[in-house]
Parts: sequence; C-alpha cells; structure tokens
Amino acid sequence: MARIGVFVCWCGENIARTVDVVKVAEAMKSIQGVIVSLDYKYMCSDPGQKIIKEAIVNERLTGVVVALCSPLMHEKTFRTAAKEAGLNPFLLEVANIREHCSWVHEDKNEGTKKAIEITRSVVERVKQNHELQNITVPITNRALVIGGGIAGIQAALDIANGGHQVVMVERTPSIGGHMAGLSETFPTLDCSQCILTPRMVEVARHPNIKLYTYSEVESVHGFVGNFKVKIRKKARSVDINVCTGCGICQEKCPQKKIPSEFECGTGFRKAIYIPFPQAVPNKPVIDREHCTYFTKGKCKLCEKVCGPKAIRYDQVDEYVEEDVGAIVVATGYEVITSEKFPEYGAGRFKDVINGLQFERLASASGPTEGRIVRPSDGKEPETIVFIACAGSRDPAKGIPYCSKICCMYTAKHAMLYRHKIHHGKAYVFYMDIRSAGKGYDEFVRRAIEQDGALYVRGRVSRIYEKTVNGQKKLIVKGADTILNKAMEIEADMVVLATAVTPSPGAAQLAQKVGTPYNEYEFFSEAHPKLRPVESNTAGVFLAGSAQSPKDIPESVSDASAAASKVQILFSKKELERDPYVSVVNTDKCFGCFSCEAVCPYRAITREEIKNRKGEVVRMVAQINKGLCQGCGGCISICRAKACDLIGYTDEQIWAQIHSYPADPIDPTEENGHE
Amino acid sequence: MNNTTNNKKENFEPRIIAFVCQWCTYTGADLAGTSRIQYAPNVRIIKLPCTGRIDVHFILKAFEQGADGVIVSGCHPGDCHYTSGNYYARRRFEMFKKMMGFLGIDDKRLQFAWVSAAEGRKWGTLVDEVTNNVRALGPFEDYKSLKIFQAE
Ligand SMILES: Cc1cc2nc3c(=O)[nH]c(=O)nc-3n(C[C@H](O)[C@H](O)[C@H](O)COP(=O)(O)OP(=O)(O)OC[C@H]3O[C@@H](n4cnc5c(N)ncnc54)[C@H](O)[C@@H]3O)c2cc1C
Repeated sequence: MARIGVFVCWCGENIARTVDVVKVAEAMKSIQGVIVSLDYKYMCSDPGQKIIKEAIVNERLTGVVVALCSPLMHEKTFRTAAKEAGLNPFLLEVANIREHCSWVHEDKNEGTKKAIEITRSVVERVKQNHELQNITVPITNRALVIGGGIAGIQAALDIANGGHQVVMVERTPSIGGHMAGLSETFPTLDCSQCILTPRMVEVARHPNIKLYTYSEVESVHGFVGNFKVKIRKKARSVDINVCTGCGICQEKCPQKKIPSEFECGTGFRKAIYIPFPQAVPNKPVIDREHCTYFTKGKCKLCEKVCGPKAIRYDQVDEYVEEDVGAIVVATGYEVITSEKFPEYGAGRFKDVINGLQFERLASASGPTEGRIVRPSDGKEPETIVFIACAGSRDPAKGIPYCSKICCMYTAKHAMLYRHKIHHGKAYVFYMDIRSAGKGYDEFVRRAIEQDGALYVRGRVSRIYEKTVNGQKKLIVKGADTILNKAMEIEADMVVLATAVTPSPGAAQLAQKVGTPYNEYEFFSEAHPKLRPVESNTAGVFLAGSAQSPKDIPESVSDASAAASKVQILFSKKELERDPYVSVVNTDKCFGCFSCEAVCPYRAITREEIKNRKGEVVRMVAQINKGLCQGCGGCISICRAKACDLIGYTDEQIWAQIHSYPADPIDPTEENGHE
Repeated sequence: MNNTTNNKKENFEPRIIAFVCQWCTYTGADLAGTSRIQYAPNVRIIKLPCTGRIDVHFILKAFEQGADGVIVSGCHPGDCHYTSGNYYARRRFEMFKKMMGFLGIDDKRLQFAWVSAAEGRKWGTLVDEVTNNVRALGPFEDYKSLKIFQAE
C-alpha cells in the first residue's frame, strides 16, 4: 500500500501569487494513498527540506511528490534529501507548478486548477515508481587515439603524461599528419617540422603509448569504459623490429618515379620508402602496387642489400585486439581534388596547384629545397595568383561551409612568396577575409601592407593557357567587385585554396565507432557549445579537424580538451550513471529485432534461448545497460510490447494520462475531484 | 464516465495533453515560465525522455481519457539528443494522423511540433494555437461513441 507525502511550495510569492497552494495541498489529501500533504513557504530551504525528511521517517513514506519549480532546478536537491532520510531517491518526483503553471497563468482560479491536476498526475506516477539504483560500470583506464596528426599526437601525449596507457592507430606509415608537410605556420611563421617532430619522437618513445602505424581500426565493440577494438596491421613487407632504418633499401630501389604522397605529387619516391626523413617510425614500407618484385616476380634488390635482413615479402595483414575505455577520434581532413575545377584547368595545367603542394614547394625540406618554381619548367614565377574559397562557400560544389583555414594560409603563401621572390607579383582573389584569431588579422595586414600582396575582392571565372612572347602563361580572368571591373592577369602559376573535407573513410569509421557525423561526414559533437569535444556516444571524444576545418592552435586545444575529458572518465574506477535504461521481457520478445534497427547506440544484443538439451530454440533481444542511453525508441517500435524503459515505464505514463480525467476539477468545489 | 461538463458547448474549454521530450520542449516550456510568457492554461504536460519513446497508444489513451487535443513536441530535426528519435516520432505521427483521418477524426486534434529549449515563445504560441483550433472543433466526443469504448 502506497504511503505518499505531498509537499507544496509557495516559492515565496512566485507560486503562491497565482496558485492557491493551500488548496493544492488540501486537494491532494483526498487522493488514495496520500498520507501527508502540506504547504510551506520555501521547500528548498533547510527547514523546508527538514519537513520532508521528518515526514519520510515519521510517516514511513513510500513515495514523495514535491510540487514546486522545474525538476531541472531542484530534483537533485530533493532526491538527495530523500536519500538522507532513508528513502530511495527515485521514489521522489517533482511536480512542476512554477515554470509550467504559476508563471504562465495570471488567473488564480485557472492556475490553482492546473496546479492541482499537475500535482495529482505526479502523485499517480509516483505510485508506479520503483526503487532504482544508479548503474555502475567498470572502466578500462586505457585510451585509443585514432589518427596521428597533431590533434591525435597532442591527445595521446596528454593522456599518456596523465599516467594512462594509450593505443594510437595511424593509417599511413608515419604519424605527423598534414602538419608534417607544412612549410612555415601562421600566424608566427615558425617552421612546422621544428615544432612537430619533437612531439612525434616523444610519442614513439613514450612508455605509455603503444603505436600502430600503417594500421586501421577494423571494428569497435562494447561501450564506454569497455571497448574492444580490433586493429588491422597492414603488411609493410618489412619487419620494423629488425629494421634499423638505415635507408639503404630505399636508396637502391630501382623504382624511382612514383609520385610521393607526402610531397603531394610535387616529388617522387621509391617502391620501398620512408615517407619523409623525419618519419616516425623511421622505417620503410613496400608499396606492393609499384614494387617490381610484387608486380613482375623478380628484383628483390632491397632484400639483398638489407644488412639486418628485415625484408618480409610474405608478410600478411595481422589482426590484434585491444581493450580500451575511451576513444579519441582525430582522423583529420583532406582537401578536395583539383579535378573539381575544370574552369581553372586544374589537373590539365601543371602550374595550377593546390595549397598543400605550394607548402611542399615552399618547404626547405621539400623537393625544390624551398625554391618556389613552376612545376612545368622549374622557373621562378614572376606573377602568381592565389584563389581563396576554391570550392568553399560554394553550394554548387556541395560545400556551403567556410573552410576556415584558407584565408590565413593564403596570406601566408603570398607572404612566403614575396619573401623569396621580392620582385614577384602576388595576387589574391578572395570573397571575404576571415581572420579572426589572436594575431590573425595583423598577420593578413602584414601580408598586404608590408609584403605587398595584391588583394582583389572577386572571383575568378576562368583560367586558360596562352603563349605570350614565347612564354607559357596562365590567363586568369576574373572580376574586381570593389572597382566593378573585369580583370585579366597573365600569371605564371596559380594556387587554389581548395576546400577542406573530412579524411576519406570518415563515415565508415564513424559507423564502426558508432558515433554520428554530419552530411559532409565531419564527426558531430554532442553539443556545439557545451560539449564541443564529446561525441554523442559515451566514451567517444573528438579532436582536431575530423570535426570541422581547424587550424593547428584549435586542433591542439581541442585535443587537450578531449584528453582532459578522457582523464576525467579515468579518474574513477567505476562509472556511475542514472538508471534510466530499457529492459526486455524475454518471455514476450519474439526476436523481430526492430529495436536493433532503431537503437542509435547499438545497445541491443541478440541472446540465445536454449531448451534443456542446450539447443537454441529462439533468439531474443537483450539490452546492454552500459550502452543504452534511455531514449526509449526500442519501446515504441516493439510489436510484442516486450521492452520498457525504467523510470518512464508504460505504467508510469499511463498513470499520468489516467489522472487527467474527462471531467476537470473545479477548485471552487470542496476538495476537488475523486 | 461522466462527460456532462464537456457537453456544455458554449463555455467549452478544451483539454489538451502534451507529450514532450525532456531535452527540448520540456525545457522550452520551462523557458516560457522563466520569461513569464502567458498562454492558455488548457495544456497538461507529460514528460518523456524523447518523442521517440511516445507510443501511439499513449495518444489513444489520452483521447480515451477525455482529451480533446494532443500535442507531441520534441527537438528540431538534427537536434535530437538521441540523434534520431524525433525522426521516428515524426514518421509514426504522420502515419497516425492519416489513420485518424481515415477514422473520420479531424487531424487538427493532434499537433506535432518542434520546440527547442530556446523557444519559450514558440511553446506558448503553440499551446494557444492548438487550444483555439480545438476549441473551434468542439469537444471530442466521437471517440466515446466508438463501439470498443462503449463496450467497456
Ligand atoms: C595548405 C595548408 C596550409 C596550412 N597552414 C597552416 C598554418 O600555417 N598554420 C596552422 O595553424 N594551420 C595550417 N593548416 C591547417 C593544419 O594542417 C591543420 O590544422 C592540422 O593539420 C590539423 O591536424 P589534425 O590532426 O586534426 O589532422 P591531420 O593533420 O589531417 O591528421 C590526421 C591524421 O589521421 C590519419 N587518419 C585519417 N583517417 C584515419 C583512419 N581512419 N584511421 C587511422 N588514421 C587515420 C591521417 O593519416 C593523419 O595522419 C594548413 C592547412 C592547409 C591545407
């Protein structure tokens, strides 16, 4: 038999002005099971809470309803009080008669009537409540970082320096990401490699970091604190534990003309290669597609010259499994391919390149050792045109968003060019200059005012090749929308600031990890303002440009933020969370698994029901409490009515619906309804 | 079942039951309160974690219990706290609305809406609109005349 206590708050004048609280408390007394019902000026005050606690003890209450402000305000306060008085906190519920009633209705008669009905419906609900315990799940204090760009590196180092184990998975043969290929970096123009490579080395040396390069995440199972990750180590054809990284194999390899990924096609590599001199690990990999041995069955020169005998032509992909408690996704970005710009001749004209290629030309460690020259003839360009927003903010190219970093790196490029070729002309076509950030606008101004970059507001419509005085030129046709006149520039070279997109395969990875992504396949944050580095999947965090275009400072601060979120998670041995999860009545479930299709958290597992002989007779759904977030989607889809949501059970909701009768209460009548 | 009060059509005050999600609309209704936005007192809110939790049975139950109108409101497309619950809800209620039409029930009695946690004003307007629409339709007695219901 229920013994319910109802406590109605005046909230000073806030409720009492438009709701007759005395009448509300009075009306509750006539409800079956209500043992005490009283009102008080400030229920949340110490004396107010004391009244509730004493009633719980003295009246041996089995349920409490507090009628006052929104549960978002004080539900925790009163549940804690209930707990202190020995009542299971989930047997206390809040009736919201302030935000949903007294503050929105002036008519006291109507307000009182509504408050009575609200409170009564919560009383009926509480009668259906059960004692609940918070769910605890153990946590594996080990993190997986996917992607070894600057964001992944920062996150891994922070977590590892915090004393936790980290597993890092990088898809390419070396960590470093795009930053490893940049020349100098805005807004300070410090050399990218000088600030990055020490961190790469630190990752490799860190006792808490286990590094898998040339590897990919194959599958992820489990839930926050308890993920099981399968990793595919792709066959390198080199035993990196034996290899000393001397590089003789690379030197002797006869395959010379393979466009280098690291050089973005501005330079070449061999079939066995270390991607770049500072690569971590500094070990080669055989590109089986181009290796003479793999394509023609003979050569094996690398094996012959290898001192420590590290070449393994028969190596196969290897699978390993790692247990982790948290995942940081830091898979970075890519830029759209130049072929998307036939109007700019990209892909056809050798001297139309993209920003990343320009970085390689400007880099001291690049194929030209930092000399900015035309790819077609190796001559210094006298006139260079930079085109910002190549694809970005262009719904026609499917990219309505701003790529954010291009305004800054284009200014940088114009600056670097002018530093190297003093007499050269650097035009920049732009739509708007977006340079918000510390020292950023000053940087762009410097490019214009000190380094003499010629900024033209307008778009380029077409680029074509033409021979002028025996010289091959690129004719850039555009418009200056400020002067309102057509422009035609005879350029030697054009650099497109191509739009930033997520790294290829981002969506597939998101599906493996079970976390949402947006229509462009950038990973989605749980909340754009308040939870910017968390995904909606508990235990999965985001860092860097996998989430949206970001520059280095932003990628790094996000990565540190994600790392600190991971460490907060790891600061406890067990994870405690509210008990609102779905349950399946396996007697009713007939195994249609519609629930499996709608569950956004992959919390539904399939369980075998066996007979006495141990034979499987049917399959039923089960819910993983660690994964379930309690949305209740499985319940409304369930044809067998086998699922229910603890804390929001059908009984509780029906009780509330039933309490709103066809015949409304008239508070002016004695004692209301029932 | 006593429905004499509802029969007095001249001062008919509709009863509206609103099923709302706790993340967006419930909080939006809270904001209406903190902003002191005045609206019709005819609505009774039932809080759920997500509109995806709302079973069409709840709506039937509400009508059976004498509701003249029902509101289902959750997060805007793309904003669902659980990523997709509101989409399932929308599809479910589009279907349900069609069924209501088929049964000859005016589908204005069921209103589906998106009200975010920032839209206190929108919540107030929604309640006023639905209340006015349903007031114009009059008390919902068709349900009670259905055979199944009379059998009870
Ligand atoms: C032309 C150009 C110039 C720039 N100049 C500057 C500058 O001067 N200053 C500045 O602040 N920023 C600059 N940037 C931006 C800078 O490159 C980025 O901010 C930074 O590289 C982002 O780091 P990240 O770790 O998020 O991504 P990335 O550098 O892209 O690293 C991602 C890593 O994840 C790996 N990966 C991807 N998918 C997977 C997978 N499925 N599994 C495992 N590993 C995977 C990739 O191989 C890569 O190593 C420039 C960008 C461009 C295009």
